[in-house]
Amino acid sequence: MADLILTPNLDSADDFYAGLLAAHDGLDKSASDALNARLVLVLANHIGDADVLTQAVKAAALRGS
Amino acid sequence: MNKIFEVPLYAYERSSDQDAATAVRHKVIVIGAGPVGLATAIDLAQQGVEVVVLDDNDKVSFGSRAICFSQRTLDIADRLGAGSPMVDKGVQWNVGKVFFDNRQVYEFNLQPDTGYANPAFINLQQYYFENALVDRVRQLQAAGAPIEIRGRNKVEAIGTHDSHVVLEVETPEGPYNVEADWLIACDGANSPTRRMLGLDFDGRVFEDNFLIADVVMEADFPTERWFWFDPPFNRGQSALLHKQPDNVWRIDLQLGWDIDKEREKRPENVIPRLKAMLGEDVDFDLEWVSIYTFQCRRMERFRHGRVLFAGDSAHQVSPFGAMGANSGIQDADNLCWKLKLVLDGKAPEILLDSYSRERVQAADANIAKSSRSTDFITPKSQISRLLRDAVLDLSEHFEFARPLVNSGRLSTPCTYQDSSLSSADALNGPDITRPGSACPDAPLGDEFLLPKLAGKFTLLTIDAGAPERIEEGGVEATRLALSVKDDLTLELKRRYLGDATGAVYLIRPDQHVAARRDTFEENAFRQAIRRATGKE
Ligand SMILES: Cc1cc2nc3c(=O)[nH]c(=O)nc-3n(C[C@H](O)[C@H](O)[C@H](O)COP(=O)(O)OP(=O)(O)OC[C@H]3O[C@@H](n4cnc5c(N)ncnc54)[C@H](O)[C@@H]3O)c2cc1C
Repeated sequence: MADLILTPNLDSADDFYAGLLAAHDGLDKSASDALNARLVLVLANHIGDADVLTQAVKAAALRGS
Repeated sequence: MNKIFEVPLYAYERSSDQDAATAVRHKVIVIGAGPVGLATAIDLAQQGVEVVVLDDNDKVSFGSRAICFSQRTLDIADRLGAGSPMVDKGVQWNVGKVFFDNRQVYEFNLQPDTGYANPAFINLQQYYFENALVDRVRQLQAAGAPIEIRGRNKVEAIGTHDSHVVLEVETPEGPYNVEADWLIACDGANSPTRRMLGLDFDGRVFEDNFLIADVVMEADFPTERWFWFDPPFNRGQSALLHKQPDNVWRIDLQLGWDIDKEREKRPENVIPRLKAMLGEDVDFDLEWVSIYTFQCRRMERFRHGRVLFAGDSAHQVSPFGAMGANSGIQDADNLCWKLKLVLDGKAPEILLDSYSRERVQAADANIAKSSRSTDFITPKSQISRLLRDAVLDLSEHFEFARPLVNSGRLSTPCTYQDSSLSSADALNGPDITRPGSACPDAPLGDEFLLPKLAGKFTLLTIDAGAPERIEEGGVEATRLALSVKDDLTLELKRRYLGDATGAVYLIRPDQHVAARRDTFEENAFRQAIRRATGKE
């Protein structure tokens, strides 16, 4: 079973984050939510591996104490 | 209690210029004795350039302002002969803690990187930083260097000409006129010079206010950097606690946009906020309190004829990442050797335009970095807050999210990418030393590399041959011959050779790489010197 990567893996974290915020620039709440939803689906497709995706959903569901 | 910033360090004294029948002409006048003006004047005077600093005040920075000084700044301060008192006095720290809501989400340890003479950064009050520079000015004066600081000399008007500038200066004993071949405006973010010349200063204002307080306390908080996002004691906002020397602690509290600044600054309103943060039973004294709105902006160009702008007068960033004074010191570092060559007739005036281009590039990089930090710390839209909080939540459990947490990215030197002064890279070497980069330090037995590169063009050879000196158009480069065997830790190899077996570097007087190749090739290096001095 492939493991979900939970250690730093982004080429440039700050650039990615700035790009993500820029994509949301000027959108209202529902347009932003829709963008995020589409982004999740695009990324999920890129990952493909069902095990990894299951682990990712679990990791995201874990919240602060 | 007499704080150092309450003592006049360069009290007004009458100058013979004030009694001259016609205005006296100086080589260089620097306006402003802040960190940048002082560094600029020292750099010039060390190279024998006659310089006068005019400041409307007579003391170092009131209260601290800048507290975090980077390795590159300390390396430059070493070259200026003022680095060791700063490092001796400064506080070094490695551990940072990040809090979100009512819990610590993670802790990081910036393992000290080895193989550098100076630490990655120190915390030091700006007034101590400036004081070390003033001491160095006094030392240079005692040794007969052509440098002078005139306190309570306020520049009121500026006339610019093709060959010089004329200043009207106000003093406690009335006004006088004085001239200079070159004027360097280091007169801060509200630069009167900029205003008097009618020049632009555009950018972005962050609609937020920060309460900045320096408190003196005998507390047993550890020497760490603590940053809070949305803490119970400052709901919806951020907070920072950071240690300075003499038991002084820097506290930043975000207050939001719609506040009454004068009201918030009053001790009766500040003290309860601090008690909520530090605990009711902690005893402290307020050393300095101020409220800031942060801005990120810069001038379009830093050179206007015979007037050059450096430091906050040319560019301003929000303080997240401590890039203000640090980048201003690098302005001075970039400018002074160029001005010296121009004054000596060894380089054309257009070399000074490369000062503007290179430092505009650095300012843009710093503005982008500090804008991103500000956007993370003070999210300005609902979605931006949502993403920010998601990163923080994830960071508690997963290491991957931690590099996304942005509570300020520390100042790093700019690589002058594609600078007209750099030659094409001709070495299959490490990225960190490609042309345009600031040379990283490296250990050489009991010594370090950087002091050997200071203040002149150097041909650094590592296991490669080259003549002991070459001269091109009056500009000399002298060889520093090293071998990977000089550094048993192999940092020299790692930082300067990579997979290459030997290398020749041409290094500028400001310790930036101008050119590099695997072997010495005379024509290529002659051309590189011409390029680096604005002749090609
Ligand atoms: C809260 C806060 C925290 C900060 N933290 C950091 C940090 O951690 N690290 C960092 O690197 N930077 C930091 N900065 C930024 C740093 O303080 C500034 O970038 C730095 O002081 C700029 O130096 P300067 O010499 O360009 O200008 P200034 O220090 O502003 O000096 C300008 C000088 O010009 C003089 N002057 C002005 N007008 C005239 C006139 N007409 N005639 C004669 N003299 C005149 C003034 O008296 C003054 O001495 C911080 C700033 C703030 C506000």
